[in-house]
Parts: sequence; C-alpha cells; structure tokens
Amino acid sequence: MTPLLSVKDVAKHYGNHIGCTDVSFDLYPGEVMGIVGESGSGKSTLLNCLAGHLPSDKGEVIFDTRVDGPKDTLKMSEPERRMLGRTDWAFVHQHARDGLRMGVSAGGNVGERLMAVGARNYADIRSEAVTWLDRVEISEDRVDDRPTTFSGGMQQRLQIARNLVTGPRLVFMDEPTGGLDVSVQARLLDLLRGLVRDLGLSAIIVTHDLAVVRLLADRLMVMKSGRVVETGLTDQVLDDPQHSYTQLLVSSVLQV
Amino acid sequence: MSDYNFAYLDEQTKRMIRRAILKGLAIPGYQVPFASREMPMPYGWGTGGVQVSAATLTPEDTLKVIDQGADDTTNAVSIRKFFEKTAEVGTTTETSAATVIQTRHRIPEEDLSEDQILVYQVPIPEPLRFLEPRETETRKMHALEEYGLMHVKLYEDIAKHGHIATSYAYPVKVEDRYVMDPSPIPKFDNPKMEMSAIQLFGAGREQRIYALPPYTKVVSLDFEDHPFDPSKAPHACALCGAEDSYLDEVITDDKGGRMFVCSDTDYCEKRRAEGHTGDLTKETAA
Ligand SMILES: Nc1ncnc2c1ncn2[C@@H]1O[C@H](COP(=O)(O)OP(=O)(O)O)[C@@H](O)[C@H]1O
Ligand SMILES: [Mg+2]
Ligand SMILES: [Zn+2]
Repeated sequence: MTPLLSVKDVAKHYGNHIGCTDVSFDLYPGEVMGIVGESGSGKSTLLNCLAGHLPSDKGEVIFDTRVDGPKDTLKMSEPERRMLGRTDWAFVHQHARDGLRMGVSAGGNVGERLMAVGARNYADIRSEAVTWLDRVEISEDRVDDRPTTFSGGMQQRLQIARNLVTGPRLVFMDEPTGGLDVSVQARLLDLLRGLVRDLGLSAIIVTHDLAVVRLLADRLMVMKSGRVVETGLTDQVLDDPQHSYTQLLVSSVLQV
Repeated sequence: MSDYNFAYLDEQTKRMIRRAILKGLAIPGYQVPFASREMPMPYGWGTGGVQVSAATLTPEDTLKVIDQGADDTTNAVSIRKFFEKTAEVGTTTETSAATVIQTRHRIPEEDLSEDQILVYQVPIPEPLRFLEPRETETRKMHALEEYGLMHVKLYEDIAKHGHIATSYAYPVKVEDRYVMDPSPIPKFDNPKMEMSAIQLFGAGREQRIYALPPYTKVVSLDFEDHPFDPSKAPHACALCGAEDSYLDEVITDDKGGRMFVCSDTDYCEKRRAEGHTGDLTKETAA
C-alpha cells in the first residue's frame, strides 16, 4: 500500500538550535500517529514543518495526492500547497482562537472552507454547517453565535468541525486537548475518538499527554531534544518502553 | 499665472502616478501600490482621487467634482477650486460636458462615454480587510485567487439579516479574476460599472490605485439562492419624478416630514429643466 504521507529526513533549526532533526516515518491511510515528548522536544516544530507552516531545512514530505499521486509537498508551489491546506489537509491548533475567526459566526466558521472551494448556495452551506455543529455536539441554535461567546471546549469542537467539513484526508493536530479542564478534555477526547473511528481519519496528533495518544493513536513516535528516540505501536511503546527517556515519560504519569 | 506646477504635483510625481494607473488598467481590479504624496488637504478628503485626477488632467480638460452625487458640498467645491487654481482647467457641473469627473460615493446617473474618465475617491481599497486585517495575507489571497473569505462576509450578512444587507461598497469580481472594492458607492450603482468610460480608483492614505478599462466585466458577488439585488427604495424623486435614479432621503421639517430626491443633482436639474415634475413640484408648476 502507498503511504498517505511519507516523511524523509526532515530537519528544522532555529539558528544553531535544533528544532527537530533526522525525522522519517510513513503514515498509512486510516492511521493515527501520535507524537509525544516533553515540552520543548520539537513536536510542534515537526508538525508545522509537515503541514508546510514552517519551512524545513531539508527532507521530503511526500503526500499521496488525489490527482497526481505521491508528491513532495515541500517542493510544491505555494498555491498548490495552500490549496491542499484547505481541501485535503486540516490543521487543528492548540489554541482555538488561532484556528477560528473570532469575529465570524459558528456557521460562517464552518462554512468558510466550503465557500473556499466554491460552494455558492447559502442554504446548502448553512445546513452543512448545522450538520457539522451537531456532530461536534454544538446545538443548532448556536449557529449564528460568535465563538467569543463559546466555552473553551466548545471553541475547540467548533475548530474541529470547521476543519473536517471538507472531508480532509489528513488531519494535523497540535495538543488538541491542551489548556482545557480535565472534564472538558475527557469529553473532547471521546468526541475525537468517535470521529476518528466513524470517518476513518488519518491523523498526526502532537501531545505531551499520554492519555490522549493511548485513546487515539495507533502508533507512537517519542521525541526528545528534537530527535525521535522511539517508535512503535501505541500499546507496545506505552506498556513496554525501550528507551530510557520513554520509560521516564511513562512512569511519570498516572496510567489511565 | 499660477505659482504651482500644472495640477499642483511635480512632473516626476505625475509620471509615477501615471505608471501606476497604466499598470492598473493593464490588470483590471488589481491594487497597484504608489507613493502617495502629501496634499494640501487632509486624508479622508479624497487625496487619492485628487492625485489620480492631477496625473490625468490636461489643460484642455473640463472637470466635474461630485460628492455623493452633488456638486455643491464643501468637499466637492474645495476640490474643484483646487484644480481651478492649480491647473486652471475649465470646470462644470454638467455630467455630459465633463471630460474628467472626480467622485466620492456615486456614479452619475447619465451614461458616461468613451471620452470620459471617472475618478473615484477610495477610503479603504482592500475588500478583504473586514475579515483579514493582515496585509501580507490579503495580498497572498489576491495573488492566489483565494476569495472564499469574501463570501463568508456575505454569509454573515444573510445569517444576521436574512438577506445580503451590504448596501454600499458591495464587492465585485473583475474580469473573473480580482475581487475589488468599488469604494462606498451604493450597490445600486454597481451594474453601471460596466461602462464606456475609463474608471480610476485612488486611495491616498492606503497608497493604492486600481482601475477598470472601458467595457470591463464587473460582477457583484452573491449566492445562488440570494442573488445580487441592486434595487433601491421604491420611490420617485419628489422634484423631478425620476423613478430610475438613486435617491437621498431629505428631512423636511422637525415633525418627521421627509421626501426623496435624486442624489445626482445635475441629473435632477436637467430633468426639471426638461419639464419633468415630482410630487413636490407638481402643485407649484400647475
Ligand atoms: N520560533 C522559534 N525560535 C527559536 N526557537 C524555537 C522557536 N520555536 C521553538 N523553538 C525551540 O525549538 C525547540 C522545540 O520547540 P517546539 O517544537 O515548540 O517543542 P514542543 O512543541 O515539543 O514543545 C525548543 O527548544 C524551543 O525553544
Ligand atoms: Mg508544542
Ligand atoms: Zn430628481
């Protein structure tokens, strides 16, 4: 099977400082890859390089495009990459306000990607928005409210709806449950797990929270100081960590 | 003789502005940056339009200046005086007699011809500004034709008001390519932008010039189920009876009395001179 995403030797430095380096892996359709590691280990840097938000120093990020098959997204023209960014790719930011338009209604937020790819029927756009709000457990009567009137958990769910509405084939998520209360996190995780299962999403999820990857990820990559120190199936890595750093990570959290 | 260089600006500046205008005409709807000069009037008084007019006028030109359709507002009068003094060009209030018309917020009712130039004063040239304040981002959106955001604005309008409530500065797409802000003209004027005259847009503070060559395709954005509607209030002008002109509401007394009259004063006067009457003028004429 052709990988959906094939990452080869990606590196990013900030001056002399390593952001991430020597990163290679394949992601297959329908697979969820978790990237874990403590704060500052290079997870966000890597994710942003993969999604094309940050220029990498080197490497290849080959995506299996619908029309042309596998293509190195780092060598794509900017229009092509941005088109990918609003169709086949989605990016869920840690802070919902970075991924939402706070001055636009919930319906407008969800509808934007549809309009960006040419939807021009108001009633259709709106009904699609309502459907997606429902899927992320936001009631229809909030469709005209701005995200500023939403709780943190609702904002995050809205951001997820806004991203998934165009049926992306690959979703990047950076600490999707970060910064939320524990009970809110649990509900969001539950929702994410349902969406991943129902939609068969392929995703790369960055988190420092092992409970998140335990629930969502098929495979794990453990990062330390910008490098991948261990990879494997999620249960394997968490139950039988090989690298001493992973052992430390696993032992330092209460197991769920 | 006047102490100014013709039309106030020095020749080099006018050449620079003319280059921007030509570039704008070559790429209809594209916002061309230009080095806006200090003008002896504050921003918001049409410094962009004035600079474009200054670079466009020749000694043989006849200038008309309108502000919301009227030739006699402070703004229109002072700009007209400015060019009378600095360029010594002839001026007129008659639409058909003018070769260059500088306007704020209106397009004349009378059809313009191929030998006329309409210069718009533009406060905010960027139609995407409302939802995306970052200039680097909006520039990219234009370059890559990423205009979904423009429809988000219209979507919000319908969600809030049940219909597209934007009634002026209504966004248009030019020649199927650039989305453009037509300046704060009423949407009633939008269909007129497909015209025989050259249209030039100048934004002084924002340092942008854009243009529409004659007969350029200009389409107002909309949704299939909420099509663009340029209609106006269903009244006739109280003075000339015109039913096809854009009307201003005028308060006539302090008891809530009001009437509707043509916003284009030249058009209204011309019609009255031809003998047309409205509700208010009928009795007196009789
Ligand atoms: N914009 C930046 N400029 C300089 N250094 C940065 C920048 N962003 C991140 N870093 C550094 O790169 C390393 C990796 O950061 P980051 O990718 O944010 O880690 P994580 O997401 O795992 O917390 C850290 O040492 C961080 O301080
Ligand atoms: Mg991070
Ligand atoms: Zn009239």
